[in-house]
Amino acid sequence: MNITINHYLVVSFLLFSIGFLGVLVRRNFLTVLMSVELMLNAVNLNLIAFSRRLSDLTGQVFSVFVITIAAGEAAIGLALTISLFRQRRTLNVEEASSMRG
Amino acid sequence: MRDLLWLVPVFPLLGFLVNGIVYLASHRTHGSGGHAPGPGTQPEAESSTAAGHPHAHGHAETAPKWKTLHTVVGTGSVGLSCLVAFAAILDLGIGPLSQGAHHVLTLWRWIPLGVNQATGQVPGPLAEWVVDFALRLDSLSALMLAFVTFVGFLIHVYSVGYMGHDAGYGRYFAYLNLFMFSMLTLVLAANFLLLFVGWEGVGLCSYLLIGYDYHKKFAADAGKKAFVVNRIGDFGFILGIFGVFALFGSLDFGKVFSAAASQPAIYAPYMTVVCLCLFLGAVGKSAQFPLYVWLPDAMAGPTPVSALIHAATMVTAGVYMVARCNVLFRLSPDALLVVAVIGGFTALFAATIGLVQNDIKKVLAYSTVSQLGYMFLACGVGAFVAGMFHVVTHAFFKACLFLGSGSVIHALGGEQDLRRMGGLARKIPITYRTFLVATFAIAGVPLLAGFFSKDAILAAVFESHFARAPWLPKVLWTAALFTAGLTAFYMFRLVSLAFYGKFRGSAEQEAHVHESPRSMTVPLVVLAFLSVVGGWIGIPILRGGDRIGEFLAPVVPALAGAHAVEHAPAISLELALMAASVAVAMVGLFLAWTWYAKGEGRVPAQLAARFPRLYRTLENKYFVDEIYEAAFVEGLAKGGGRFLWEVDATVVDLIPNGAAAGTLGASAVSQAFDKNLVDGAVNGVADSFQRGFQLLRRSQTGRVQNYALVMGGGLFCIVAVYLIFR
Repeated sequence: MNITINHYLVVSFLLFSIGFLGVLVRRNFLTVLMSVELMLNAVNLNLIAFSRRLSDLTGQVFSVFVITIAAGEAAIGLALTISLFRQRRTLNVEEASSMRG
Repeated sequence: MRDLLWLVPVFPLLGFLVNGIVYLASHRTHGSGGHAPGPGTQPEAESSTAAGHPHAHGHAETAPKWKTLHTVVGTGSVGLSCLVAFAAILDLGIGPLSQGAHHVLTLWRWIPLGVNQATGQVPGPLAEWVVDFALRLDSLSALMLAFVTFVGFLIHVYSVGYMGHDAGYGRYFAYLNLFMFSMLTLVLAANFLLLFVGWEGVGLCSYLLIGYDYHKKFAADAGKKAFVVNRIGDFGFILGIFGVFALFGSLDFGKVFSAAASQPAIYAPYMTVVCLCLFLGAVGKSAQFPLYVWLPDAMAGPTPVSALIHAATMVTAGVYMVARCNVLFRLSPDALLVVAVIGGFTALFAATIGLVQNDIKKVLAYSTVSQLGYMFLACGVGAFVAGMFHVVTHAFFKACLFLGSGSVIHALGGEQDLRRMGGLARKIPITYRTFLVATFAIAGVPLLAGFFSKDAILAAVFESHFARAPWLPKVLWTAALFTAGLTAFYMFRLVSLAFYGKFRGSAEQEAHVHESPRSMTVPLVVLAFLSVVGGWIGIPILRGGDRIGEFLAPVVPALAGAHAVEHAPAISLELALMAASVAVAMVGLFLAWTWYAKGEGRVPAQLAARFPRLYRTLENKYFVDEIYEAAFVEGLAKGGGRFLWEVDATVVDLIPNGAAAGTLGASAVSQAFDKNLVDGAVNGVADSFQRGFQLLRRSQTGRVQNYALVMGGGLFCIVAVYLIFR
């Protein structure tokens, strides 16, 4: 079977959808974080697929940046998780809504 | 054998790895070991005089089997590297080396800046812009290599005895081996960048070893101070390297120097800036005047470290670098003038401080700063050979002096204050005799090592010419001669206070006094021997006596039109200069002997009482530390913030304040208008908005997932609209 860019795009789309759905419906803060990572990696896959298709390195460079930012995001997210847990003794994101207007 | 040159730095590196790993592993299993500061050692942190002595902390010693391993690996690796170094030098041959034979061993291409790796083709003007990881053995590096490895090995052996009771034995040897690795990289480097790597490496090891007793605050602070002050110098050094790279398109010593020598007219205009930048690096590393303040504090490290790093090897790296770049420096008479003035001033300045210090290691530290000033003075007047000669002889006698002081400190169980010593000559005879020999060597007693090198420098200074300041050589020569007298004085004061007269310490200390073990006395004897014969490689007057000058000739060539000081001065003049320096040294020795050994310090005490302000200034080291503290630490770091705040409050705030005044007037007018007409409209609008947003407020649930859902839905809508209506 010949793997075309469409295959990559479908996989990427599925990953992104799963991630997005996870962000929307899961209650556990950690799971939400992981879903966000899933979305980021779906984007990376997309970027690299197009980079390959167009023979342009820009896409790969971008994905490296995305990975870097994702690392920072994960660090901050985990720090937030810890402080959230310390305050509320729970990781349920619906509990973390004290700043609502 | 010459292709095995890479082994020279690699042996100590392996030693560092083995010692470090074994130390970490054994201390994990043996508990805290020397890590946690025990309660019993805390009071010592307050006294800055009890630095670096071997009995400082009585923690569990390293287990015997590991200790043997540390000893064998630590000293053995340096011994092997010493053997390989000598074999490589002999393989090239001393004769051929002095005729310009050199060996460049390229290990790998380090930074291929200008080579297109895909095709191997060279793209245009960047052709030469590569930096190789290459070692260079020529007469200058051979000279350095020989004494660095040999003195280094002796000091490693000495450390076995000196640090024997220390809990951090393995850590100490790991650092010391790492230092040897860095220093040998520095010496053998074939380009500026690799030199810089070694340069930073020795700086790091210096920091680690000064702060070896890191649980004492003053030691940790001294380490930090050394590191920070050296950064200032390194900043200049790296700027100088950039300059060289920009001008020559290469960092390789051979290419840069041959280009500079063949086309001096092209490069000369830029050389003042480049050389001054390079010299700033040397000022930091070799503790010259504005940046010398770290070296006396560095005595907080263990005494063998002071001997190895802060006397014999690392601090001479600056002199080595300047001598290495002599081709560049000669193109700039102005830069040389600065080098000479800084060197001469530092020599005199540090010697005067050394006169009144009471800590045995502090005296030696200021003596080192002063002697380094001598070396730069020699380089500054164009006598690079004399400078390097003094580097070598100084390494021998100053290492011997430091190790001797370590032996004294060891005998007294950690006492460093000269006022509590005395009468040690009979109790520790080997230490006393070797110390005395080295003292005579540094004082310039005829036929000992220091005599010849100091004489070479004095003669070169006397004969030098400065187009910009014709009076300068005589001033520098007078200062250098006076410094020679001061050197003889403070060194013999040290000997008198420590070894003659009555013992002034406690009875407990007196009972404890003992000669050091063999591992410490043998290096002392060897170094004392070298302090006697070390100068015989550069005897003036005699035909063919100046071996070191001939040896270094290919690296330090005589350039036409530069300072013509390399030629031998007339014999009668040479003898007269010698007589002058010997006379001055003898006066210094005699005064110190009568005042301190026979007079037991009555005359100096009277002098101190007669000139209290002068004495206080000297004792407090001209208040330079206090000035730096006020100017840079307080002034820049703290006062700078306040200054900016003041500027902000007075100058910058004028604008908003003025604007505010104007606005106030204008608003008074508009207020009346506002209140009646506008307010009605505004209130009406506000009420309607309030009601509208009362509804919208419900959407602010505070739940991130709701927001994400809305975002996703919105995105979906936009894309859908786009797809349908495009």
